[in-house]
Amino acid sequence: MSEFRAQVEGERAYLLRYATLQLRDSAAAEDAVQETLLAALAGEAGFAGRSNLRTWLTGILKHKIVDAIRRMSREPTLPEEDFDALFDEKGHWIEMPQAWTDPDASLEQKEFFSVLEDCLGKLPAKTSQAFMLREHMGFETGDICKELAITPTHCWVLLHRARLALRMCLEMNWFGKT
Amino acid sequence: MMLSCKEASRLVSQGLDRNLGFGQRVALRVHLAICDGCTNFKDQVEFLRRAVKQLESKQS
Repeated sequence: MSEFRAQVEGERAYLLRYATLQLRDSAAAEDAVQETLLAALAGEAGFAGRSNLRTWLTGILKHKIVDAIRRMSREPTLPEEDFDALFDEKGHWIEMPQAWTDPDASLEQKEFFSVLEDCLGKLPAKTSQAFMLREHMGFETGDICKELAITPTHCWVLLHRARLALRMCLEMNWFGKT
Repeated sequence: MMLSCKEASRLVSQGLDRNLGFGQRVALRVHLAICDGCTNFKDQVEFLRRAVKQLESKQS
């Protein structure tokens, strides 16, 4: 390992604390720091002893944090209005859910599960956390509320929203395809 | 009480997460008996539950 590389690595813990404080999401913080370290190693010439290494790295990290926040806020969401958009003013389905042909046969197919994962990935973070706690881990709603610090009503809305979004996503990307 | 599809689908979903009241169960059953869309919705969210339970075991 070059000396520069070792010095940059030495700042990792500091940068991670910094990023975690800003992002409040350890995975996103890890990513931002990783990107920063890679950018720093690729741009060693840009540093060239200009300033304090930590100051220089923090400057790069700030850009990565802003990028991450932008990505997070761009997360596709299904706000209340979209939820309403599935029904007309009388509360009828605008597009009635059609029956799926032999859905359980899909449970034997690996491709189905990768489509399902993609669909889960499109849910807003909290919606998908609530849904996975409920349906994958089998938590009771009351425990999910505690984990996510939300009210039971909010929890039911999130779960219902997740189901509406997932069935639509599966219909578009799996069951609707011939 | 006549439910709209919007209300019925919400009850279908909540029925998976808590015990519905007696009146809600009756109203939902009446609605499902005449509504294919909500019946399909119910089948599909129950299927989702089965599918998501198996998510990890299928990956390995």
